[in-house]
Amino acid sequence: MTESTGGIDMDEETSGVVKKFLYVNRKAPYGTIYALESLEVVLIAAAFDQDVSLAFLDDGIYQIVKGQHTKNIDVKNFSPTYRALEGYDIEKLYVEKESMEARGLTEDDFLVDVKVMTKSEMADLMASQDVVMSF
Amino acid sequence: MGTINVSGKDIEVDEEGYLVNRSDWTEAVGTEMAKIDNCDLTQNHWEVINFLREYYDEYQIAPAVRVLTKAIGKKLGADKGNSKYLYELFPYGPAKQACKYAGLPKPTGCV
Repeated sequence: MTESTGGIDMDEETSGVVKKFLYVNRKAPYGTIYALESLEVVLIAAAFDQDVSLAFLDDGIYQIVKGQHTKNIDVKNFSPTYRALEGYDIEKLYVEKESMEARGLTEDDFLVDVKVMTKSEMADLMASQDVVMSF
Repeated sequence: MGTINVSGKDIEVDEEGYLVNRSDWTEAVGTEMAKIDNCDLTQNHWEVINFLREYYDEYQIAPAVRVLTKAIGKKLGADKGNSKYLYELFPYGPAKQACKYAGLPKPTGCV
């Protein structure tokens, strides 16, 4: 067993390539495992010093909405974990404007700082990535 | 799955010694887990263990070791926020071992 940053020999010859990873979150936080799995992958990938961004679209926007209460559905409320991302040096969080407005939400409804961008800006962001993972 | 005995009470732990029910944790449980690993917990150990418990309460995860190191440095000073200091306290890996004594799950990303 190794610690999450240990066990891999990141010497100069192997650590030179930094790729741009975008994790796209489209599904509501509970009811399916997608949101939690995405978050775990992001946290694990953070150990590898890559350029990581997260995008929230469609119902995925609900993942970062304030005031989640999950007691009555008997699952863990993992929304506080999004606020830990900053400590993992993951600070690029994007929300699609159209999805946000369609759900009557504003920037103030989120528990983390995000950049709101239009659908077409989002498309440009996706096009500029090396790896896009959709959850 | 197994149990450890703490002051006459059987506490459930998994195959690696982590608590099955986080609510079973007391300082005595942490001390007993450390004793099984031949580790005497000092004030310096408890600083890290308590820090991890606070971190978990706030963020609902156990931090990766890199994140832990940085956060400890911010909170307890640079002389403690480095791998050497933390590995001396917790030779099996600061995040992994300290999380166990803190009654938390293994940090996300630890295999």
